[in-house]
Amino acid sequence: MIDESLRWVDDRLGIAKGGRTFLDKIFPDHWSFMLGEIALYSFVVLLGTGVFLTLYYVPSAHEIVYHGSYLPLRGQKVSEAYASTVGLSFDVRSGLLMRQAHHWAADVFLGAIVVHMARVFFTGAFRKPREFNWIIGVSLLILGIVNGFLGYSLPDDLVSGTGLRIMFSIVESIPLVGSYLAVFLFGGNYPGNGIIIPRLFILHVLIIPAIIVALLAGHLGLLVKQKHTQFKGPGRTEHNVVGSPMFPTFMAKTTGFLFITTAVLFLLGGFAQINPIWQFGQYHPYLISYAVQPDWYMGWLDGALRIMPSWEFVGFGHTWPLEVFLPAVLFPGLTFNLFLAWPFIEAKYTKDLAYHNLLDRPRDRPKRTAFGAAMVTFYFMLFSASSTDVIANFFQVELNIVLWTFRIIVFVLPVVAYVVTYYICNEMRAAEDVGKRKRALVVTLSETGEYVTHVAEPRPGDGHEEVEPVPVPTFIDLTPAELATDPGVRRVMR
Amino acid sequence: MVHEHSGPLPVAALDDPHLQPYAKHPERAQTVIAIAMILGFLGFLGFGITFWISDQTQWQAATLGVGLLGIGFGITAWGKYLMPQGPFVEERHDFQSTEAERDAMSAAVLQRGGMVVERRKFLGGLFALGASAMAVVLAFPLIRSLGPRPGRSLMTTNWKKNSLLVTVDNRPVTVDDLEVGGVLTVFPQGFAGVSNDQTILIRLADLGPSDPPFPLSPPGRTDWTAQGYVAYSKLCTHLGCPVGLYQEQDALLVCPCHQSMFNVLAGAVPEFGPAPRPLPQLPLKVGLDGYLRSQAGYDQPVGPGFWERP
Ligand code: HEM
Ligand code: FES
Repeated sequence: MIDESLRWVDDRLGIAKGGRTFLDKIFPDHWSFMLGEIALYSFVVLLGTGVFLTLYYVPSAHEIVYHGSYLPLRGQKVSEAYASTVGLSFDVRSGLLMRQAHHWAADVFLGAIVVHMARVFFTGAFRKPREFNWIIGVSLLILGIVNGFLGYSLPDDLVSGTGLRIMFSIVESIPLVGSYLAVFLFGGNYPGNGIIIPRLFILHVLIIPAIIVALLAGHLGLLVKQKHTQFKGPGRTEHNVVGSPMFPTFMAKTTGFLFITTAVLFLLGGFAQINPIWQFGQYHPYLISYAVQPDWYMGWLDGALRIMPSWEFVGFGHTWPLEVFLPAVLFPGLTFNLFLAWPFIEAKYTKDLAYHNLLDRPRDRPKRTAFGAAMVTFYFMLFSASSTDVIANFFQVELNIVLWTFRIIVFVLPVVAYVVTYYICNEMRAAEDVGKRKRALVVTLSETGEYVTHVAEPRPGDGHEEVEPVPVPTFIDLTPAELATDPGVRRVMR
Repeated sequence: MVHEHSGPLPVAALDDPHLQPYAKHPERAQTVIAIAMILGFLGFLGFGITFWISDQTQWQAATLGVGLLGIGFGITAWGKYLMPQGPFVEERHDFQSTEAERDAMSAAVLQRGGMVVERRKFLGGLFALGASAMAVVLAFPLIRSLGPRPGRSLMTTNWKKNSLLVTVDNRPVTVDDLEVGGVLTVFPQGFAGVSNDQTILIRLADLGPSDPPFPLSPPGRTDWTAQGYVAYSKLCTHLGCPVGLYQEQDALLVCPCHQSMFNVLAGAVPEFGPAPRPLPQLPLKVGLDGYLRSQAGYDQPVGPGFWERP
């Protein structure tokens, strides 16, 4: 049956050879390789729930009177965008679940991308020949952040409108062209002529997702072509890949993982309220909510805006809003360019032009690891700085003290993180088996008074014996093993 | 890849250790997986029923979650514990071309292309000219058609001499409308709700028409107040959020976006935060009818900074 149809298809498309190769593709078994999968599957959920939302959401700033079933809003003048999003939450069956799952999926998507990127960074997986995939990955991060912001702005509620106002002013701050760009985009001085919502919409549901899909295809295509990296281990070399075959083992695991990721996102969507826009109310440019908080992935920019001193420069007949331009335009620009250029910067610095298929243990590259730790600290501190007011209220300290603390630790803590990480890496490298917890380490005191570690004798049940990896078998021999020429494995000519 | 070579291919016997499941007790694993999958099936069934009878978000999420988790856990565990544990290996083969192939490629580009262009340099130049003109010109509709030019729209507001102060629902504001410490968002009459015109009116003191004016600093600004009222643009000079929070005890207007604070007793100079400039002040007066009016419009553009701002 499968033979017949395969023959039919192969006569026309010639897929059997490549198909077989694909089914035999080996995936290394390591938990950290699942981070990219979380990102991918969250994106799948974004596509699915997003399509559902488009069936009800109306991208229009046109004012109507609300007649839906949420009583506190009845009779109020609201935009169609806002009314339809409230409608999605109350009047569309499963609408609230889909809306909240969509929002959670966006947050998880970006979180997974960031952690995945950290994994790639700390293990050196971006090195030759995988620079292209690193660049694609950074582009996906940028597009994800942009699309998240655009989506967040669609419901036209008080919080999202405030975000748009800030975006208008950030664009406005660009020297020379800023005011033109901002006014072009919004169709007039803020809030513009209402055209911005349909524009955000088409970017959010079509243009950017299409680019993301294309980049994802490239990302995965390169993965197949260049094959996975792997950690060092028994039988693993620069010239092979050891792990589980695509079919059936990896396919089962990853399909299961798709289900699990989706489950978590829908459970979050059903039980953890997110963005209750009906409480915020319709956006009006003269109103403000006191709980303005962007989604987490915008936090680092918000933090940068907050701790920036008020350096507006006026001169040569022009205003240079550096207090906005530097943290909100130049800084993210530099950040992403540094990310994009990292593989080349590192290669230049280490003069390492070789192919790399085996991953580094982070401790074996103390400088890179320390630099990564410093970067993580830096951006995390900026992220934390986006809640200066919350921190000040919570700890009952003066806002000014919190602000100055952040201005200092944003720069000092990364240096500390660098030094500490560098030191830890070197310590770990010196002690052979630290961090390997498969077998117990026994510490003994030698006669000369030195402490020495030994690996303990394996105990029964200490995990599976390591077996040499073998190629994926084509046929499984059903004759009893005793009859086979070679016990266990028999080789035939094909 | 191994099987692309015409060499010997492995045929594995069922007792090959690589083909053994990872689980020590496959039957037990199978039972657990079966239970998970049954739960998953029931979960999906439950979702169908829930959806049918009511729109209850938590129940929908719970049933869907159980369905997806059950199936997901089951199939993952099947893959991890019951399928051949391996490890299996695949050789990498060089995907880059040989030096000869590279040379051939670059020769093709340089010589074939070079020959063609070399012979007709003139045509090549014309093509480049046309293509660059196209690229530049196509950017016009893409960018320029998006919206109007800013013109004076960022520079001015609708506040004129004698504009009547009205609330967002068009009600004129009288001197008796606010208690001391009260604030109100006002607009020029006819422009209620317009973003750029939003102005925050604050009553600093209960002064009558014959009392001396409120001692607002900087000097020269006292006669911009009227009977203890003062008005500032409500657009934060940082990024344009409405500066909507008035802390009466410190006489500070606070912007909730990035915590800029403006001292309303001193011409709204920023005392804290990233805002670079004071909020522009609207000079007020009280008409004979008791309604508040502006003496003049704003003396400068309101809101955040931009290039053309003088
Ligand atoms: C990178 C991918 C995406 C991200 C990060 C993302 C993020 C978001 C976010 C944060 C919201 C606000 C949700 C809320 O109301 O709380 C949103 C709304 C929306 N998204 Fe997406 N989204 C993505 C892809 C898509 C796709 C592919 C579609 C459609 C095909 C879509 C359709 C919509 C619609 C119609 C809304 C407005 C309705 C609403 O706000 O509930 N999204 N998106
Ligand atoms: S917009 Fe007011 S402080 Fe940033």
